[in-house]
Amino acid sequence: MIEITEQPIEVQKVIDAASLKEAGAINTFIGTVRNQTSGKKVTKLEYEAYEPMAVSEIQKVIDRASQQWILTGWAISHRVGTLLPGEIAVVVAVATPHRKESFAACQFIIDSLKQTVPIWKKEFFEDGDQWVSAHP
Amino acid sequence: MILKIKTFGISRDILGGRVVELDMNGTSVGDLRKSLSLRYPQLDKLNSLFIAVNQEYAEDEKVLSDKDEIALIPPVSGG
Repeated sequence: MIEITEQPIEVQKVIDAASLKEAGAINTFIGTVRNQTSGKKVTKLEYEAYEPMAVSEIQKVIDRASQQWILTGWAISHRVGTLLPGEIAVVVAVATPHRKESFAACQFIIDSLKQTVPIWKKEFFEDGDQWVSAHP
Repeated sequence: MILKIKTFGISRDILGGRVVELDMNGTSVGDLRKSLSLRYPQLDKLNSLFIAVNQEYAEDEKVLSDKDEIALIPPVSGG
């Protein structure tokens, strides 16, 4: 399952979508909105996605992971729109036969997602805003 | 060639719209980069700028047509 959603992410739904009886482990990463950046209070984040390309790029990440590990199931949900500190921005659930691969595959997927998938976030502070990672 | 360019993130702020028309010189993605850079020099200050053609990251050598779906991909920051 690959999902880009404006609705709050239901973690259990993502885990269920990754679950199969062949798995011995399900590793779940939950990314949440931090309340500060370099000591500055963050009031909210706005996420946007180039949705069709984001879905196809997430699929490519999954395909690359599948070449390295046996994935018996996987599911990724990424939120877009306005999020407040503490809210869930992304959930990655990966099922593998054994636990070691589940950690490695989950880390690979979230790290790759952050590098290649066309999703952007803007941080809002009490005195301004900035697109994250846009400038050196 | 006149292209319609989809913008996202900070590139939308710089170009000033969700879809912007640009009359470019040349035919390749590299030529488009030059046209964009001349008209919108602030793009050069970004950490990176990729160009997607038909929802795929494109190399500078790729030749464009005015029917392609073209999008600017400034530094991504999902997760």
